[in-house]
Amino acid sequence: MAEVEGGCELFSAGHRACGGCGPALAARLLLKATGKNVIIAAATGCMEVFSTPYPETAWGVPWIHSLFENPAAVASGIEASLKRQGRTEKVVCIGGDGSTLDIGVLCISGAFERGHDITYICYDNEAYMNTGIQRSGATPYGASTTTSPAGACSLGNPRPKKDMPAILAAHGAPYVATASIAYPNDFIKKVERAINTPGPCYIQVHTPCCTGWGFEAGETLNMAKLAIETGLWVNYEMVDGRVEKAKKVSRKPVEEYLAKQKRFRHLFKPARRDDVITQIQGIADANAERFGIDIKAKESSE
Amino acid sequence: MLEFMEGSHAVAEIVKRCRPQVISAYPITPQTHIVEDLAQMVANCEIDAEYITVESEFSALSACLGASAAGSRVYSATTSQGLALMFEVCFNVAGMRQPIVMTIANRSLGAPLSIWNDQQDSISLRDSGWLQFYAEDNQEAADLHMIAYKVCEDHDILLPAFVCFDGFILTHTYEPVALPTQEEVDAYLPAFNPYQRLDAANPLSFGMYATPEYYMEFRYEVDRAMERAKQAFIKAGREFGEQFDRDYSALVEGYRLEDADTALVAMGSICGTAKDAVDEMREHGRKVGLLNIRVFRPFPAQEIADALKDVSTVAVLDKNISLGNGGAVGTEVKAALYGSGISVYDYIIALGGRDVRKRDIAAVVDLAEKGEGDMFYGLRTEVL
Repeated sequence: MAEVEGGCELFSAGHRACGGCGPALAARLLLKATGKNVIIAAATGCMEVFSTPYPETAWGVPWIHSLFENPAAVASGIEASLKRQGRTEKVVCIGGDGSTLDIGVLCISGAFERGHDITYICYDNEAYMNTGIQRSGATPYGASTTTSPAGACSLGNPRPKKDMPAILAAHGAPYVATASIAYPNDFIKKVERAINTPGPCYIQVHTPCCTGWGFEAGETLNMAKLAIETGLWVNYEMVDGRVEKAKKVSRKPVEEYLAKQKRFRHLFKPARRDDVITQIQGIADANAERFGIDIKAKESSE
Repeated sequence: MLEFMEGSHAVAEIVKRCRPQVISAYPITPQTHIVEDLAQMVANCEIDAEYITVESEFSALSACLGASAAGSRVYSATTSQGLALMFEVCFNVAGMRQPIVMTIANRSLGAPLSIWNDQQDSISLRDSGWLQFYAEDNQEAADLHMIAYKVCEDHDILLPAFVCFDGFILTHTYEPVALPTQEEVDAYLPAFNPYQRLDAANPLSFGMYATPEYYMEFRYEVDRAMERAKQAFIKAGREFGEQFDRDYSALVEGYRLEDADTALVAMGSICGTAKDAVDEMREHGRKVGLLNIRVFRPFPAQEIADALKDVSTVAVLDKNISLGNGGAVGTEVKAALYGSGISVYDYIIALGGRDVRKRDIAAVVDLAEKGEGDMFYGLRTEVL
């Protein structure tokens, strides 16, 4: 438990994330939204490791890490304790996609079913990056990871992303949203709304990982933006289980996004796999249909 | 005043008087009566606590960790498979120095599935950094909770504790128990004063990760706190005795050991049966005594060596087995008596609720005095 240095940013510079780290930006934006009156319960993962190597910490707010799969349960206890003490801090969990969509689902489901007044932020970089780019339930279809490698008889990850926002909306969560670090003001507004909504709220924020996805460190925000512009990531809000707002776009072909990342390189070399690219385009088309994000001729972008 | 009540109810009544602010537990036989009683007390506004009805034991202890770190006195209870599911959190709670008190209604571990008593569950967590206290009867089970909070919350200790009492044999058995009043408990156990807490006014980071330059020192600090807990327990047990006339100042308790040639060593409710067996053997002129290990962690090796220095033979009753290496208590008692010349024999006994009678205890003493030991006792060879 180390003392925290002062500074204007609540999430300090000097942590040990890779250059161009998407999750590091998400942490910084998160604390801009919460301000000081918050307690963070973190999962094991990249963010925990790069931000709190003892005796250094990047967190200028109270922060606790216990295990990989239990931040939602730890937060349940914190919230109960604060309630009992009459304290006002907001309780926010943060975990990666492996923690959130895979190993931590039990604890998250329990916390949401019980209705604790917590906000859960999943920073989604679409694989287990801390342990070296293994597939998770959030890894997109066709992505090559170290445990879903492309090969002579493999096209990479064989399954689409698990729909965690829908799972938590089905728990009766009053507010569920997706966000992207490419749209920081939108993310900040959603965090503010979540922490000020009573009950368990969930935000899944898309945080590209240059190391795991295979692109230049300076391209992180462009990659996040392309995910939105191709319809492979949709920013939306669900209030009481109904989609209320989804960001509209003039969609680009998914190939523009895929071709820039090493994790999809096997779809282009040594031979183009148009069949798979077409399948992935189909996922984007289905997203566009489900959320109604396509800008019609006379509409303008939000 | 003595009242006739179930062991689980006695524990729940004492836990209530210890004023936990957050309770988080998951139901599992034979722990259920404790958490049901506490839930009813919360429902009746008899206790001012948040009760979190978690979806698993794993979350029960995780929630306790969060609540403790946020500054509340917390309580949980579990057993067997539930404790096994908490394994990862147990190590974490101790490493993060949270003074959580948890009742263990001792039960065997599957497979095969068994809901009945032995002590495999808590003993399997002996390396986790939790203090471990074992109760012989329901009075002691209740009393040890007050002592546990006092020891755990001592700023020189800051470790969690299991208060262990045998499933069904104690949890579901009615005995006369003297329950201190709320005022008496308050006089013994001060309000929780956290050493550090999660607090926006004083932001700290809890549970950071440690590189090889720091990890060993953290583990050393926990081990030192374990060692200090011996004196803290003795002090808290003595203070308890001064206030309530039931003295718990000893980590181990001898029974008719003064001139004994053979000593039984045991933990928990089996000590009651063993005392009766010792009395009968004494009536037949046999110099037999008993050493009850009340505090198993920290392990009182010196106290055991001192208590047994004049005996020639020791028979350890182990309600657990470290598969491939005999009983855990026997192994540790042998280490404590290494070089003493005392013959120490280990008996795996009463696993999975197998009943132990006075004549079984006497038979074990016979075996030890014949030099036969380090064996299972009471196997039904016809089903092997």
